[in-house]
Amino acid sequence: MTAVAPDDRPNGVGQRRVGQLRVGQLRVDPVLIATAAGLALTLLIVVWPGATGVADPLAADPSRALEPPSAAHLLGTDQLGRDVLARVIHGARYSVLIALAATAVGIVAGVPLGLLAGLASSWLDEILTRFLDILSAFPGLLLAMVLIAFTGPGSGNLVLALGVSSVPRFARVVRAQTKVVRGQGWVEHGVTLGLPRRVVVARHVLPHAIAAVPVLATVGLGGATLGAAALSFIGLGLAPPSPEWGAMLSEGRNYLRVAWWISVFPGLALTSLVLAIFTLGRRAQRRLESREPL
Amino acid sequence: MIRGLAAEAILGPVVSVSRRLGSLVLVLWGTVTLTFFAVHAAPGDIVRLLIGQGHDTPEVRAVIAAEWGLDRPLLVQYAGYLGRLLHGDLGTSYVLKRPVTEVIGAQLASTVELAVTATALAALLTILITTLTAGRRLLTRLAGAGELLLASTPEFWVGILLLFVFSFTLPWFPVAGAGDLSALVLPSLTLALGAVGGLAPVLRDGLERALEQPFALTVRSRGVSDLGLRVRHGLRHASIPTLNLAGFAVGNLLGGAVIVEQVFGRPGIGQVALRAISSKDIPTILGVALLAAFVFVVVSTVVDLLSLVIDPRLVGAAS
Repeated sequence: MTAVAPDDRPNGVGQRRVGQLRVGQLRVDPVLIATAAGLALTLLIVVWPGATGVADPLAADPSRALEPPSAAHLLGTDQLGRDVLARVIHGARYSVLIALAATAVGIVAGVPLGLLAGLASSWLDEILTRFLDILSAFPGLLLAMVLIAFTGPGSGNLVLALGVSSVPRFARVVRAQTKVVRGQGWVEHGVTLGLPRRVVVARHVLPHAIAAVPVLATVGLGGATLGAAALSFIGLGLAPPSPEWGAMLSEGRNYLRVAWWISVFPGLALTSLVLAIFTLGRRAQRRLESREPL
Repeated sequence: MIRGLAAEAILGPVVSVSRRLGSLVLVLWGTVTLTFFAVHAAPGDIVRLLIGQGHDTPEVRAVIAAEWGLDRPLLVQYAGYLGRLLHGDLGTSYVLKRPVTEVIGAQLASTVELAVTATALAALLTILITTLTAGRRLLTRLAGAGELLLASTPEFWVGILLLFVFSFTLPWFPVAGAGDLSALVLPSLTLALGAVGGLAPVLRDGLERALEQPFALTVRSRGVSDLGLRVRHGLRHASIPTLNLAGFAVGNLLGGAVIVEQVFGRPGIGQVALRAISSKDIPTILGVALLAAFVFVVVSTVVDLLSLVIDPRLVGAAS
């Protein structure tokens, strides 16, 4: 639906590129392997941060404050003498878990909403679509900020705010796809064969309607990671002393002139994680798009 | 037949424009309604907030509630809010006890300056990068990697990096504040880079598609240079999807401005919003949110209409 099928292009231009992509997928892909390995390592750190043998991320030692990277503190210490490496490693847990939970909220609310709008009569569809329009009229992080303004900061509210702002994205795609699928022959056949409406929807519409959700969710995961860090940076997410990467950058900004390592390492960790997620999402998207359209 | 076509040529744009304007009004009304009722359903005692340090007695509560119109039925309050909104009145700040329009208006210029500069910078960078790299394998891969890196790096972290390099290590730009032009460079660059990461891949993709089409060959055979083909013919064909995304990015700038203003200690709407959120100053929060939604909806409408100008074929498709 999104793009013109390559075969429709004049003179068959562009077919070659698609073909090459297909061949590329069969080869062993070093970027994909590196990405997967990095994400697996991150998950290990999330589940079991103690496995790395780092110090307590909250243990302060004012006598060793603002020390540059050394053998004792590989990434240096912050303004309270806490080990930056330990804080970066323990911070992975916040970013990953909050992003996962927020994406789950977006899917759990967005997919049924999209399916309902796609199957419903035109007036209900109109109402639901307008509602999504209204929800997405608040740009970027602003909806999340407004929600947090009323609910207060904290990880639960952060998840809810980020999740709600991602609902329209899932709902829109599922709605559009449902509309395509419900007109397909096999759905008609199912209805003709006398299958209950519930069964037709669950077995013959839903699986096709949610085909794009894993890709959307992967990209959304990266977005939620960035969003959670941004909200923590402006003090609306997790508050210090929790070693959240955004919050660490916020504290580190004040010491940038004397201790760059407080900001740079959590920043690098954040970029690497999101880069890995987006790389994975982009590969998945290519795979999805190179498949035969419905 | 011909008369019918002529009527469509005139009516088509009129119909699509009025449909767009109709849905614009609807979405704006929806945002106002949603935020209004969300605020009143949200936990938290507005009267308690307004009393502040004063004594919380039933008598004081009654006086305050009457003064702010909070004792009237919700629907009456809603009608009053809508009515005042139509006159451009966003209510009175609970904390500053001044009209919200005044609070926002005092800071608006700084944010507009930032957003406009960032938009221009983002457009310039995107067009420059894509025109130079589209269809060239190695350059495309390099630029693509850079764009993915930009998209994976949040604005506040880009801002801190720029501060570190260009203000602390190389003392080229001031660390904080606003005023002269040099204080605008790093904040607007930060905002622009975030947008470039999303826009450039889309524009390049469109440009590559356009260069593969038969008309590109025709233009080339007329002896037009490669650069001329890209700039004068390719970009126009490639611009529609990018324009839609750009409208989205411009609408998002206000959200990004909150972050960037915080990083660079710049005054602006973002700082107003953050102060309002931390002090639960509901009218101000709503004012900023509605302003952002308004900008967002207006920009996306303008983008839709602009698409019709760029590609007149869309007029028929829309009506």
